[in-house]
Amino acid sequence: MITPTHYMLLSTALFIIGVLGVMLRRNIIVIFMSIELILNAVNINLIAFSYQLQNGIGQVFAIFVIAVAAAEAAVGLGIILAFYRNKETINIDEMSVMRW
Amino acid sequence: MIDTYLIPLLKILFVLNATLVGVTYMVLLERKVIAWVQVRLGPMRVGPYGVLQPIADAVKLILKEDITPTRADKWVFTAAPIIVMVPALITFAVIPFGPVVNLFGRQVPLYITDVNVGLLYIVSVASIGVYGIILGGWASNSKFPLLASLRASAQLISYEVAVTMTLVSMIMTAGTLSMVKIVESQYNAHLWFIFVQPVAFVLFFIGGLAETNRAPFDMAEAEQELTGGFHTEYSGMRFALFFLAEYANMIVVSSVATTLFLGGWLRPFPNIAALSFLGIIPSWMWFLLKTFVFLYIFLWVRATLPRYRYDQLMRLGWKVLIPVAIANVVVTGIVMVLF
Amino acid sequence: MNQAIAFYVLSAFILGFAVLVVSTRNTVHAVLYLVLNFLAVAALYVLLTAQFLAVIQVLVYAGGIVVLYLFVVMLVNLKRPPEDHSAPQRHSWIGFGLSGLVLLELAVIIGYGSIAPPGPANAQNTDLAMYNVEKIGMLLYTDYLIPFEVASMLLLVAMVGAIILAKREL
Repeated sequence: MITPTHYMLLSTALFIIGVLGVMLRRNIIVIFMSIELILNAVNINLIAFSYQLQNGIGQVFAIFVIAVAAAEAAVGLGIILAFYRNKETINIDEMSVMRW
Repeated sequence: MIDTYLIPLLKILFVLNATLVGVTYMVLLERKVIAWVQVRLGPMRVGPYGVLQPIADAVKLILKEDITPTRADKWVFTAAPIIVMVPALITFAVIPFGPVVNLFGRQVPLYITDVNVGLLYIVSVASIGVYGIILGGWASNSKFPLLASLRASAQLISYEVAVTMTLVSMIMTAGTLSMVKIVESQYNAHLWFIFVQPVAFVLFFIGGLAETNRAPFDMAEAEQELTGGFHTEYSGMRFALFFLAEYANMIVVSSVATTLFLGGWLRPFPNIAALSFLGIIPSWMWFLLKTFVFLYIFLWVRATLPRYRYDQLMRLGWKVLIPVAIANVVVTGIVMVLF
Repeated sequence: MNQAIAFYVLSAFILGFAVLVVSTRNTVHAVLYLVLNFLAVAALYVLLTAQFLAVIQVLVYAGGIVVLYLFVVMLVNLKRPPEDHSAPQRHSWIGFGLSGLVLLELAVIIGYGSIAPPGPANAQNTDLAMYNVEKIGMLLYTDYLIPFEVASMLLLVAMVGAIILAKREL
């Protein structure tokens, strides 16, 4: 019997994997993809509770999360492209323009 | 047990086999039709009137040497043709070939399944097919296929927007996303939807031409452009798989257009009892006839029209088709509210 | 029973592909593993009778956003992997350790928290499962109309912003 607890544990594990990706990788595109993993973890949680409570609001919220993720991906990748054209790198250790 | 597992399995096997045979014979049909348009005969040697030509083509391609470029990414190179073919085939799971019929004493619906988001399912698996093209060009590790694949995928995702907007207006007209219920709503409305939404029909057809990389939008794969496009480095059966996927996509677009606009499996004037002698032709035969009409128009257009240049193609997609599709949605909404 | 098998198989795929996304050196492979992850999540949504969300996940996330990532990866086509010359004294074991601790803590909280009852009894036949698109559409256009309009404005702003940021010359 699969309770919402199972889905919450899955969502937590996916969230932690995403956070690990953001913390440990230096390739900025992989960091962005790990952020998408985090958003997906949240979506799984929302939809699991929508199923449990039989209320469509969870799915509506998940749709908005997907829309915001799309907007953020577009703008973030635009920034990456603009940065790459100037600095020829996508390693965030080298993107330290404002450090001394 | 039989109803939940065996019958759908048999249906899947039947539809898959029929699709693959149909796709193979589309190759012959295309060569024949283009030949007749150009006042010549096409393949005539293999078998009577060239009927066994696809078998000869298949044997040739299977026996060809399977070359993988040295520095290519092996897994992605192998996976790209598969990623193009699979979405084209799995779309057939929701296409209704006919209503529920009586077969060997059982009520068997003539479609594999009826998902309540059928139309959106078709659009979403079509958007997965874009990956095969991008990865095919990338994995070949050579400049011309990469450029051609980026062009082709930019074309596909642009026209996907136009096609999806057109389908939104069709969904509004039909009132449902399920393919079977769309055909039934055409039965209830006593009209094929092509008469209700002619603009959407033209838009869907042009978008379908662009989505399947068919002429006049086949810049990405024509031999004269970019030395053969994204499948330059592919040989043998993988090349065959790319081409068969294109024909399978053509059949999918024709089937969807038939279901949405020409009434699916309904005979002409389905509500007029006086014409019920047309019922001699079974429903799935009507479906196949209508799909065949669309396929023939695809081939006819290829034989007739010259190729679009890439910037003209993108201009047409973004500046003409998308605004017209959005205007169509708005007008559909206004008409539906007022009447 | 079938649902349990499906859930465990899909969870294995989701978590497996997520780990592969985060750990692969080759960026193109990481993007492909992300696509497979999203397809597995879409299958999980179908298991939860959220059919509309499942096709939206495939259409928008797997078929739109990740295609965008793939394009950028190909345009940023570097000769050597970008992380070859990272600082060698990075202590990644601190990150692993702390994340493991947080995961353990959250798992204990969730596991020993209130035992949530399983889903509704006739899950496949409820209104939300059978008329999924209609119900969500109704909610989107009546109760949550303002967030819907704000989201469309957000997407417009993001579109304009992305075009301006990525242009070659303004």
